[in-house]
Parts: sequence; C-alpha cells; structure tokens
Amino acid sequence: MAGAHAHPNYVKIWVLLLVLLVVSIIGPELGIPWLTLVTAFGIALVKTYYVAAYFMHLNFEKKYIWSLLIMATVLVGVFFFGVASDIMKTDGQNWQDCIANKTCAEQQRYFVIDGDGQLR
Amino acid sequence: MSMQGPLATSRSATGIPTGRLGVWWLLASEIFIFGGLIACYILYRLNNPWWGGEAVFTKVPAGAFNTFVLLTSSLFIVLAHDAAEKKDFDRAFKFIWYTIGGGGVFLLVKYYEYSSKLFADDPELLKTPLTNTYWSFYYTATGLHALHVIGGMVIMALISFDLRKGFNPHRVELIGLYWHFVDIVWIFLFPLLYIAK
Repeated sequence: MAGAHAHPNYVKIWVLLLVLLVVSIIGPELGIPWLTLVTAFGIALVKTYYVAAYFMHLNFEKKYIWSLLIMATVLVGVFFFGVASDIMKTDGQNWQDCIANKTCAEQQRYFVIDGDGQLR
Repeated sequence: MSMQGPLATSRSATGIPTGRLGVWWLLASEIFIFGGLIACYILYRLNNPWWGGEAVFTKVPAGAFNTFVLLTSSLFIVLAHDAAEKKDFDRAFKFIWYTIGGGGVFLLVKYYEYSSKLFADDPELLKTPLTNTYWSFYYTATGLHALHVIGGMVIMALISFDLRKGFNPHRVELIGLYWHFVDIVWIFLFPLLYIAK
C-alpha cells in the first residue's frame, strides 16, 4: 500500500459509486442535452476520481505519481487537438481533405490501375 | 520460490517500491492507448451526429450491469489487498477469486452482447466491425478492454495460489492497481458507447 495511512471505508465508497452509476443512467433518460453531458460524462469523471483516489490509493501516493498520470492525460489532450483539424474540418488555408468533402472520386478519375497492378 | 521475495518488493530508489512504480508506468502507457482511442472516438462522434442512431442498438441495461460488476470487482480486489496487508491470506485469496468471478460475469455479458449483434437474424440488428465506423470503434474499444479484463483475470489466478501460502503478498496491490484502471476505462466507455445517443 502507498505508505502507512488509515484505510478508507471501501464499502462506503463502493455504495457512493453505485449511487453515481444510477444517476448517470437516469440523467440522460430525461433527454436534456446539458444534463446528459453532466450526468453521463461529468459523473464519469467523479467516479474516476473516487476509484483512483481511494481504491488505487492515489491520495496516499507520492505526488509525482499524480504528475505522471496527469502528464499522460495532458499529452492525450495534445493528440486530441492535434488531430482535431484533420477530423473536424474538410479544408484549411493550405490543404483540403478530399475524402471528407467527397472530391476524391473526381480526383481518382485521373488514376488507373493497369494490368500489372501499377498506378498510372 | 524465495521467501524473501523479489527486489521489486522492497527496493525503492524513488520513494515507492520499484514494482509499484513499474505498474504506474504501465498504467501511464495505457492512458495513451485507451486515451488515444477515446479521443478519436469523441472527434468522430462530434463530426458524425448520426452515430447517435447507431448507439441505440447497444443494450444500456447490459452496459449498466457490467459497470456494476466491475465496480464491485474493484471493491473485492481492494478488500483482497487490505486482507493481504493484514496477512489474512485465506481471506485475500477468497476476494481475489471473487474478483476473477466478477471478470467472468463481465465477459459473459459481453459475449451475450456481441453474439446478439454479430449473429442477429434480423439484418437491421446485425452489427459487425465492418458495418460502419461506429461499430468499428465499438468492437475495437470494447474488445481491447475485454482483452485487458482477461489478462487481469489470468494474472490474478496465477498469483492467488502463491498468496495463499503467504508468498509475494505485494502482488495483490500491483494487480489491484491494474484492475482499477480497467474499471476506470469502462467507466468512460459506458457513457460514450451506450448512453450518448
């Protein structure tokens, strides 16, 4: 375990997690977009905190482990925003995503695969 | 096997035992694996509102039940860890096998979900990884997660018998960290794939 520390009441945390699970299921049923975001994804973050902090004992762990995990998460965020333009946009100042804007079919007219399997 | 245990049990150049540090590094790398997958899913989902219509075909009660199962198995493994620390190895052994049982139930539910989509007679309900990009993501994400569940169950089974004899009790904490991470991944996959319609 992460050093000597008092053990949290694991059953209480489990009950809390189950309550959060019920809320995350019922909330989106109401069909209100912002409430769906809060109850489904906001509560997922809260559940993650409780599992990480108490079941994984991150609250009692060395602080640099937090830094390690946060750094990894931030780098995933960098990846997210790095590729977002490729996925979300179909063109930019100097490029065009021909698959997304469906012009590839026209471009492909200029390419023919001959009998040898060569692209011409 | 040595009663003294491996160096990773006790040596600590960083303030925490080397074995535990290794698991944290593993989990950081897992953040990139699942984080990258989830990030791509979110981007495509935002760009393809019609995916909400595909999510209707997932079974929310099955996903919710599996969330309950994994949260409960997380409780079991932390109780196993607690028992191992108190040198109550029989109790720790018992809770490890409860956790493995939880993993088994999770996989059975997944099997039910997969088979109802992959082998559906009704063409509208037939959903394979090739149906469209939503289902490619669905099977990739849930399949990769299920492989992690299987891996965790195998490791827990392997360490449980040593544990019963009092060997290497620190391994319960290490596999516990991994299992909680698998739980956290599901906590995100559930709303993304099942709830957001």
